[in-house]
Amino acid sequence: MNSTNSLADKPVAVVGSGNFGTAIANLIAQNRRVLLYTRSEESAQKINATHQNKGLVLHENIKAESDLATIAKECDVIFPIIPSAYFRSVIKQLSPYLHPYHVLIHGTKGLDIRLPKGATIEETPKLNRKQVKTMSEVIREETSVVRVGCLAGPNLSKELMAQHPAATVIASPFNEVIDIGTKLLRNDYFQVYGNNDLTGVELAGVLKNVIAIAAGALSGLGYGDNAKGLLISRGVVEMIYLGRALGGNTKAFLGVAGVGDLVTTCNSSLSRNYQVGYQLAQGKTLSEILAATTEVAEGINTVRTAKKCADFYKVKAPITNALYRVLFEKLTVKQALQYLMRYPLNVDIDFLDDPVGA
Amino acid sequence: MEIVEKKNKNKKYKPILEAIPDWPVYKLSKNRKEFIEEVAQRAYERIKSLRPTPKQLVDELEATVYREQQRMKRNRWRVDPEDEPKFWAKVKEDLNNIATKTPEEQEPVADLILKRIVSRYADEIAGNFKPSQYRLTREIVKFWFARLLNGARVKKFGAFWRNQYTLRDKIHIVGKVKLLRKLARKGTVVMVPTHFSNLDSILIGWVIHSLGLPAFIYGAGLNLFNLKIFAYFMNSLGAYKVDRRKKNTPYLETLKLYSTIALEKGAHSLFFPGGTRSRSGMIEKQLKLGLLGSTIEAQRNLYMQEKPGETAGKIFIVPVTLNYHFVLEAPDLVEEYLSSKGQDKYMPEQDRYGSWQLIQFLFKFFTKGSSISVSIGRGLDIMGNYVDEDGNSVDEHGRVIDTRDYFISNGVLTADKQREDEYTRMLSQKIVKEYHRINRVFASHLVAYVAFNMWLKKHPKLDLFGLLRLPEEELQLPYEEFRETCKKVRKQIYRMKVDNKLNIASHLKGDIDEVIKRGLYNVGIFHLKRPLLRNRDGNIITQDLNLLYYYHNRLVGYELDQFIG
Repeated sequence: MNSTNSLADKPVAVVGSGNFGTAIANLIAQNRRVLLYTRSEESAQKINATHQNKGLVLHENIKAESDLATIAKECDVIFPIIPSAYFRSVIKQLSPYLHPYHVLIHGTKGLDIRLPKGATIEETPKLNRKQVKTMSEVIREETSVVRVGCLAGPNLSKELMAQHPAATVIASPFNEVIDIGTKLLRNDYFQVYGNNDLTGVELAGVLKNVIAIAAGALSGLGYGDNAKGLLISRGVVEMIYLGRALGGNTKAFLGVAGVGDLVTTCNSSLSRNYQVGYQLAQGKTLSEILAATTEVAEGINTVRTAKKCADFYKVKAPITNALYRVLFEKLTVKQALQYLMRYPLNVDIDFLDDPVGA
Repeated sequence: MEIVEKKNKNKKYKPILEAIPDWPVYKLSKNRKEFIEEVAQRAYERIKSLRPTPKQLVDELEATVYREQQRMKRNRWRVDPEDEPKFWAKVKEDLNNIATKTPEEQEPVADLILKRIVSRYADEIAGNFKPSQYRLTREIVKFWFARLLNGARVKKFGAFWRNQYTLRDKIHIVGKVKLLRKLARKGTVVMVPTHFSNLDSILIGWVIHSLGLPAFIYGAGLNLFNLKIFAYFMNSLGAYKVDRRKKNTPYLETLKLYSTIALEKGAHSLFFPGGTRSRSGMIEKQLKLGLLGSTIEAQRNLYMQEKPGETAGKIFIVPVTLNYHFVLEAPDLVEEYLSSKGQDKYMPEQDRYGSWQLIQFLFKFFTKGSSISVSIGRGLDIMGNYVDEDGNSVDEHGRVIDTRDYFISNGVLTADKQREDEYTRMLSQKIVKEYHRINRVFASHLVAYVAFNMWLKKHPKLDLFGLLRLPEEELQLPYEEFRETCKKVRKQIYRMKVDNKLNIASHLKGDIDEVIKRGLYNVGIFHLKRPLLRNRDGNIITQDLNLLYYYHNRLVGYELDQFIG
């Protein structure tokens, strides 16, 4: 695509000023001006005065902005990076200002659940794809934007801020979106790969959080690398089965956004999801862990959603099931591990011969 | 047994453009020569950009000659021009002559050959709309249909010459007619109907006329032109020819550009986006993206060609479903479907139904009570957004959007093939969804669907083919059980109607025994072997399970089977 530079000085928006949003804003700021959305006018002023957000130093090209109308008017390209629990409502607020010429590339690794009025997630035994949506599907439902993409990969905010070498995947059915995203994000220490399987990449990013919690739990019990190797390899298989049932293709799970992200999160004590698992293994309850942190660990909700989807689509997902029982049914991590080690499943890899996954 | 439509308004529509010279299709045919030249020129440029080096172009041309010669050897039709073998022999000779030359020497010759080929194709594809022929055909059809209807229905001396009944009593047009007429005045309409029978083209032609719309250009399968009676109708209705045997790049690109340029010039068009007739009897799930894509390309071109102070014309897509109790070709279609299921093999276009069979069918159709209904869907823009009466696109949240914005990147209107391919896929999904939504469920669809699924559930160990192999004599359903299941499924159909997921014929309502009676009477009404009937004990039986499968397929895709058994 031969993009003209006539509008190259239009700023790019990052909607969501959490750690990851800020890290992405800093990456883009090396190539373009950035408007960083933050909910209140006060915090926008504060950020602009100090050039800092939550103690993180901001690139000089970044300006904070609290008005969504301004964001949509000034920017053609928007990166929504909002926790999945608030994703739909923020997109709804943004929607009236969006047009089909906008390009949205989100960076949220979670799922959206919509239940009939009065129903609660606890009381809903099974979930299917009519109720569970990926973030790009939420954007398509709530706005007139069609050129949608996501970014996913091993991108720990702290390492990105410190400019360690890293890579990400931009997924979109539109090559145009991949090109735009690549131009904005790429630099000497940040590599960008493209993938047309948007759903697959989104699901890979989402489902890996389940395995990350399990990895944290294994470490919390004091187990070493044999156990982790076992977990990661079986974890990939489980992700692929679930991912395919939910509409992704096998390939996306084997790339940077799948295996790449999985290995990173399973080895990193920086990961919030890993931390949740670690503390569970130390004997803390879910409510104690949640009370102690302000950050969002997407994996907790994902475990619940993934387990209910697996039940609906009749997919074998022993790790997800075990974690579900630990998180929501008071099983201890030790008991869960026993359950897994006795699980009768002994074919190593059986998804590559299947033409469906090709 | 007569099915009376309660809501049939039988309204007459005034033509939206009085004089034929105002019709886009007429303007197109008046400038036929220039039009064909433009198509050929743009097709030439397109193929040149697809095959930029002389080597690529020569390879493409060689492949084209090879395929054309294979086609002539294996599968020649009556409509094929006589000079065909000569033309391609000459092309082959010219290609042989340059085979050993350098690329620089090859290029001008190859360019000329390409030009000849695309010009020939453009001429072959082009329709030939003649107002006099159109008027004559229209009158003939009207006259004879009226004779058939009145002669057959009113058993009184002299009834033959009366005009008590018109075609509108047999063919019900429902849905967004008013909107369609408005849109045809505001922009260019592309009608995309489902395709079940060869009769569809004639039927749609009649519908277009009786709604007061100017003639549309059709992309009609060339095989239809083998039948003289069809050829006459088609030609006079402004049909252009689509030859599905030709799969080579120059042909396909010329065909797409023919459609694109006609749309840019404002000619209302008609595609059967399913490609060929539905073999299985199911509503199309996969659409052919080639022609559909030409609507998107044409719209983008219109925006790009827009001059300051002008507003670019807008293209509207109107999905249409044709709802039948009976499909003449069903036995052959379903046989083809079943024998090819699971393997992707070439399906020969067989037309065992000549002009005589067709007339016979028409006679039966008019004399026995069986009706057809045509549902007109809401107009869409080329992205699948609904449009309002003024032709504005409206998104799902009721906000007006500018279709031009879909082609804008970085503030500039751009052409991006990959983007438009993706848009075409999105549009096709939307059309399929609309088909299911506007599809009118008939009593005959209901009984066929219920009976077949009941038999399927009663043999849980058999797959589809296992079931179809069972001898028909072994299959019987107690009437009471069948009746209850029909009731249950109909209830769900009502619920889905409330949710706007499908539509129903008014004869589906009312006393269930009456509805079943109607359904049994009408399902596949003119087949020698009836797909469904009651035996002497009152139980439900079938004489032809394959046919029943075909008619049952009409309701596949609504997840109704969970209400059976």
